Amino acid sequence: MSAYWKKNLRTLLILLFVWFIVSFGFGIILVEPLNQFHFGGYPLGFWFAQQGSIYSFVLLIFIYVIRMNFLDREFDVNED
Amino acid sequence: MDILTWTYLLVGLSFILYIGIAIWTRAGSTQEFYVAGGGVSPLANGMATAADWMSAASFISMAGLISFSGYDGSVYLMGWTGGYVLLALLLAPYLRKFGKFTVPDFVGDRYYSNKARVVAVICALFISFTYVAGQMRGVGIVFSRYLEIPIEWGVVIGMCIVFFYAVLGGMKGITYTQVAQFCVLIFAYMVPAIFISMQLTGNPVPQLGLGGEVADGTPLLAKLDGVLADLGFAEYTSGRKGMGDMLAITLALMVGTAGLPHVIVRFFTVPRVKDARLSAGYALFFIAILYTTAPAVAAFGIYNAINSTSEKNISELPNWVQNWQKTNLIAVDDKNGDGKIQYVADPARNELTIDKDIMVLAGPEIANLPNWVVGLIAAGAMAAALSTAAGLLLVISTSVSRDLVKTFNPEISEKTELRIARFAAAGAVIFAGYFGVNPPGFVAEVVAFAFGLAAASFFPVIILGIFSTRINKEGAIAGMVTGLVFTIGYIVYFKFVNPVINTPDHWWFGVSPEGIGSVGMALNFVVCFVVSKFTPAPPQDVQDLIQNIRIPKGAGAAQDH
Repeated sequence: MSAYWKKNLRTLLILLFVWFIVSFGFGIILVEPLNQFHFGGYPLGFWFAQQGSIYSFVLLIFIYVIRMNFLDREFDVNED
Repeated sequence: MDILTWTYLLVGLSFILYIGIAIWTRAGSTQEFYVAGGGVSPLANGMATAADWMSAASFISMAGLISFSGYDGSVYLMGWTGGYVLLALLLAPYLRKFGKFTVPDFVGDRYYSNKARVVAVICALFISFTYVAGQMRGVGIVFSRYLEIPIEWGVVIGMCIVFFYAVLGGMKGITYTQVAQFCVLIFAYMVPAIFISMQLTGNPVPQLGLGGEVADGTPLLAKLDGVLADLGFAEYTSGRKGMGDMLAITLALMVGTAGLPHVIVRFFTVPRVKDARLSAGYALFFIAILYTTAPAVAAFGIYNAINSTSEKNISELPNWVQNWQKTNLIAVDDKNGDGKIQYVADPARNELTIDKDIMVLAGPEIANLPNWVVGLIAAGAMAAALSTAAGLLLVISTSVSRDLVKTFNPEISEKTELRIARFAAAGAVIFAGYFGVNPPGFVAEVVAFAFGLAAASFFPVIILGIFSTRINKEGAIAGMVTGLVFTIGYIVYFKFVNPVINTPDHWWFGVSPEGIGSVGMALNFVVCFVVSKFTPAPPQDVQDLIQNIRIPKGAGAAQDH
């Protein structure tokens, strides 16, 4: 079971890294440089802070759901 | 039909719907009362979680808060959504596998200590009471502004409705009414937003309209930056808060969200571990619909408000200004006597004060939308306030009946326990109603408390309880107490004891009281680790429990002791 747990932790670390980058990274720390670019009528950093980070959060959870369902089957810890 | 008739009709219809559902889904056992029998589908649980989470503050105040703070308002948008990623990845599946009814249940069992359980109960009660008083106040305000009856009566009517379905139906009744309330509130939020986006930018999708162009071809956000700069305000798309404080507040709100007991308990209601993961995804999807629309409502609102008032003759102001002047949410004062309104940043010359709540409440009137849309806003705001209040009341009643009474009197029968739970819910409704009618002056200030406390107390001990087998009861108790005392101390000092020096120069590391929960959380983690290192490891049966909750197989329904 420790192999299952290790793969789970790896998945978590990767997803949480993306979680950190899109919100704290692009939305706050790098907001000024990113605002030099535009996305439609949005300055890019502002878009990440008020729109993009939220879309990414939703995607991250669904990726996690798919990945964990796959791992559960692979290690046969799936529920019926 | 006029606005008042539409409002009565729509609010009345929504109440009949909620009561109907409550009667249909009456709870018969403690399991149904606490976790809806554990048989809620992930989609329904997602909607219920979204309604539970989105309170009167999200619905009425958040957009206005962003209107007046621009980019700085992003802390609320990211903070109140990003927490769901933590919840889905780090907490929900494992707590579901653990399979009891409450957060203090987990803390008490994992740290094999009733002391730890009691500390957790106190945190849960404090957070929930703080929150619920604000919801009742929201209910009262909506009643008094739209239905033109006194606030006291508004609160009493709201109390009766919540009492009816929370006390009768427990978690089962609450879950299915919350599904209906989510539909009402999201419809009520989106309809005016879509209309206004069409009017301003020609794009019916508010999320795209915010990045769209106004009639003269300039991007809306660039135009808004220019308008605000001309009046002496900071640009809408750039920030005023320090970067460190932005990071700290966002983190505190995220972690606080993931640690709120009324949100966590929703994940105990689904049948399987994988349903808990999936329903966190659905919940955030439904929340994101409102949270990505709110910044658009915010920018459209402030743009419309300035355009329809600035440099206009006071005698020719639009109707909504007069309508809302009655409620003191907007005030006009022609200081230089030129008969026109100057809306400027300099407080000595500014002649128009606008309350943040106007942006959502009066949004449809500002944009000249039909009367039924105005009525819809009232029904939506009621749905948001009632759904959150009900979720919180359930946490309060569960904490009392289960975590306090049952823990120390394990021999009471299920029937008695259910009766105590209902009495506790009734008591909490009355308590909340009292504070709704006589709000303490510090309701807004204590919201920082609720999130700071959830971040500094629950979050670290739950995470460590799952991801470490070495953290023991000594570490957990010391960590929770340190996090709590530090966070309460900091907030009380700057908000109540010495509010005069509540400025960035005096804050530690430039972190405001709103963001201090992040520091409290870090302290909690450190203390937990250090104390655990010098005290004995948890006993073998607890280590087995931890190994067990890490694996989805064999979750079964939520169990009694």
